[in-house]
Amino acid sequence: MTLKLRDLTLLDDGFESGHGLCAGCSESVIVRQVLLALANEPVVALATGCLEVSSTRFPDTSWKVPLIHSAFENAATSASGIEAAYKALIRKGRMADRPMTFVVFGGDGATYDIGFQWLSGALERGHKFMYICLNNEGYMNTGIQRSGATMLGAWTTTTPAGDLVPGKPQWRKDMTGIVAAHGIPYVAQAAVHNWKDLMTKVRKAEAAEGPAFLNVFAPCDRGWRYEPEDTMAVSRLAVDAALWPLYEIVDGAYKLNGPRHKSKPITDYLSSQGRFRHLMRDREPGVIEDIQANVDREWNRLRVRCGLEPEVLEKTQV
Amino acid sequence: MTQPGAEPWGDVPAGGTVLFPGSTERNLTGSWRTKLPVIDFDACTDCMICWVMCPDSCFKTAEGKLLSVDLDHCKGCGICATECPVKCIEMVLEERD
Amino acid sequence: MVDTQERPASAGPATSTAIAVNGGEAVAYALKQIEPEVVAAYPITPQTLIIEKFAEYCADGLVRTEYINVESEHAALSACVGASAAGARAITATAGPGLALMFEMLGVASGMRLPIVMHLCTRALSAPLNILGDHSDAMAMRETGWVMLSGSSPQEAYDLALVAQTIAEHPDVMLPTANLVDGFMVTHAVERVDVLPDDVVREYVGEYEPETSLLAEGSTATYGALDFRDYYFEHRRQQEAALYRSRPIVEQALKRFGEISGRDYNILEPYRMEDAEVVLVLLGSAEGQAHAAVDAARATGLKAGALRVRLFRPFPTKAVAEALSGARVVGVLDRAIGFGSVDNPLLSDIKSTLWTQSNRPLTKGFVYGLGGRVVTLGQFNQAFDELRSALESGEVPLEPTYLGLREDGEVSE
Repeated sequence: MTLKLRDLTLLDDGFESGHGLCAGCSESVIVRQVLLALANEPVVALATGCLEVSSTRFPDTSWKVPLIHSAFENAATSASGIEAAYKALIRKGRMADRPMTFVVFGGDGATYDIGFQWLSGALERGHKFMYICLNNEGYMNTGIQRSGATMLGAWTTTTPAGDLVPGKPQWRKDMTGIVAAHGIPYVAQAAVHNWKDLMTKVRKAEAAEGPAFLNVFAPCDRGWRYEPEDTMAVSRLAVDAALWPLYEIVDGAYKLNGPRHKSKPITDYLSSQGRFRHLMRDREPGVIEDIQANVDREWNRLRVRCGLEPEVLEKTQV
Repeated sequence: MTQPGAEPWGDVPAGGTVLFPGSTERNLTGSWRTKLPVIDFDACTDCMICWVMCPDSCFKTAEGKLLSVDLDHCKGCGICATECPVKCIEMVLEERD
Repeated sequence: MVDTQERPASAGPATSTAIAVNGGEAVAYALKQIEPEVVAAYPITPQTLIIEKFAEYCADGLVRTEYINVESEHAALSACVGASAAGARAITATAGPGLALMFEMLGVASGMRLPIVMHLCTRALSAPLNILGDHSDAMAMRETGWVMLSGSSPQEAYDLALVAQTIAEHPDVMLPTANLVDGFMVTHAVERVDVLPDDVVREYVGEYEPETSLLAEGSTATYGALDFRDYYFEHRRQQEAALYRSRPIVEQALKRFGEISGRDYNILEPYRMEDAEVVLVLLGSAEGQAHAAVDAARATGLKAGALRVRLFRPFPTKAVAEALSGARVVGVLDRAIGFGSVDNPLLSDIKSTLWTQSNRPLTKGFVYGLGGRVVTLGQFNQAFDELRSALESGEVPLEPTYLGLREDGEVSE
């Protein structure tokens, strides 16, 4: 089925309103897109985080599909256990063999930091599941603390913009690249504003013969300090400035999905959010240059991997 | 599984398992709102961008047509108004008692 | 090992087959017969004997189990939580530091009411690093809401592995259950183990048929929701009630097991307790030494007895109180230290149990066998000597006696 919004409106997305996510939150938009794109019956595993506490509070749930949350760091392992149970129950003739898809949603804290080992183990073992990282670059559920995904220079409550240290001192982990190094069949970066790209990738992930990983850019109006209506605009700016390129790695082959060129300066992105305000007051030109250098390095490396630049470029970097 | 016996607390579903799918619908998050989306249906092209971008599943449709906004749950974020390609949604300050 | 057995023609105990295996392999054999849907485990001494043997069964196609070689013990129990919620029978095994790494998930498994079974090969906790047996790990999990059974031999490790399954999954219990298999003293001890025929085991353990599961057709259950001040308290109270409700269910499970195996077990294992005035209470594999010490004390005219606790959690308060009702001095053997507590763990349970009894006996604590320190008959003879003095003087020192502790600080070069 081709992806047409009017057709998709005929489907039940399996995620109900009345959840407690902030106005303008990107997470439920991503969840709905993921669930709508799936062909098979899903079982969802959640890591602890905004989505979990906002959508499942006993005795209520926003979900109309089976779901489990057990802890912060181990959602990929929940999926491992479910997938193993599925295979064994079918093998023993204790359940009918019907196509199902096991989907994990974890924030960047659950993915890049505390759940890193659990995710890596599940990927290496090759369980057939789909891991969706809702990447809002920080621990928003506990009050906007920095994570391994937080960008250089960003204000968070644990990397405040001080007189000595202007926000987060480190760049960010290339988690997508690290996941790709596991050699799993499908890895991609997506962003909430580009629903067609995201949903196409979910379908590819579901069809993959093994683990699949989607790192989805998920702006947080509360934590990033912008107005709720700008969630999609902020997401778009990140992609246009090549801060968050959309690409996929299918059986090891890279493909760039956007942007074709850096069409917006990173300052447009930085000035769209209060978390970078201190950088924009001309106090920290060095940090902005550092951010640009990191973006350029990753962007060039990606273009090389996608076959869009000669390899020599990569060797000249850093 | 419920607890046998007369203890009233024993009837709460054990282990915290929630057995009412989609039950958050009863939480009327529309009360959070300060601004209200007002749709110019004459200008609307039923492109469904608002529907897919709404964090609160508030755009109600039938047979590919946009029908209404669920104001019981709309938190008034305004993404729909910002993203609407034909700008047929306007966020209007809501007067409340 | 024998893979095919004949079903007994007559009712009553089935015809067992004697095999010579260590405790770890005995548990693995039980797992083969149970054939759970999922086993998730991470290797740690002295548990490796179980999982290596079970991996062989998987590799040879003798079981249809999905064996998940996880990357840590936390993941082992996490995978079991996912699998159990998915409607599968899920089993893990670990020891000492591995259990410590699992700690978060111990409470998750019991709080979510998932009947996972764990074979805990009891081992000392670090530091200092020590791979050998004591009960430090088991004592650390004693208030995490698991049913805890403890055996003393490879035979019992096998038997309780089967019994644990039926307790955990009983609809009135639905709690994770641990089978404590003493590290090295049981896991690595080769003994005769009488194994039941496969079909008898299968009938005894049945299949796990949960009311709800993630994989059930049409399931919409949400497991593990946030639970705030409005319901958390009730869930905790329910969990506690279920744990206490498991006590008679454990007794029934043991009784039913006795019927098929001819091995009569109960939640306590008394030895020469009929007229015993001086009693040693213990948990686990030092039972042999305890029995020999009882015999030795009896030979000198002391009315000695021993009481081994088979059901450690929920603690069988009433049965223990009854068993000790005739005792005048009770010595309690702890194979762990409860740092900073009033008493070490088992002594604490025994003293609390006795507190409400009239004519309560004197109690005396002993610590023994930490980090695999060899447990000798002499140590337990010493314990009876101290208990005899207490009986005669009517007084006991509050400090525990450390049996087998070095009497000097010399370290050889």
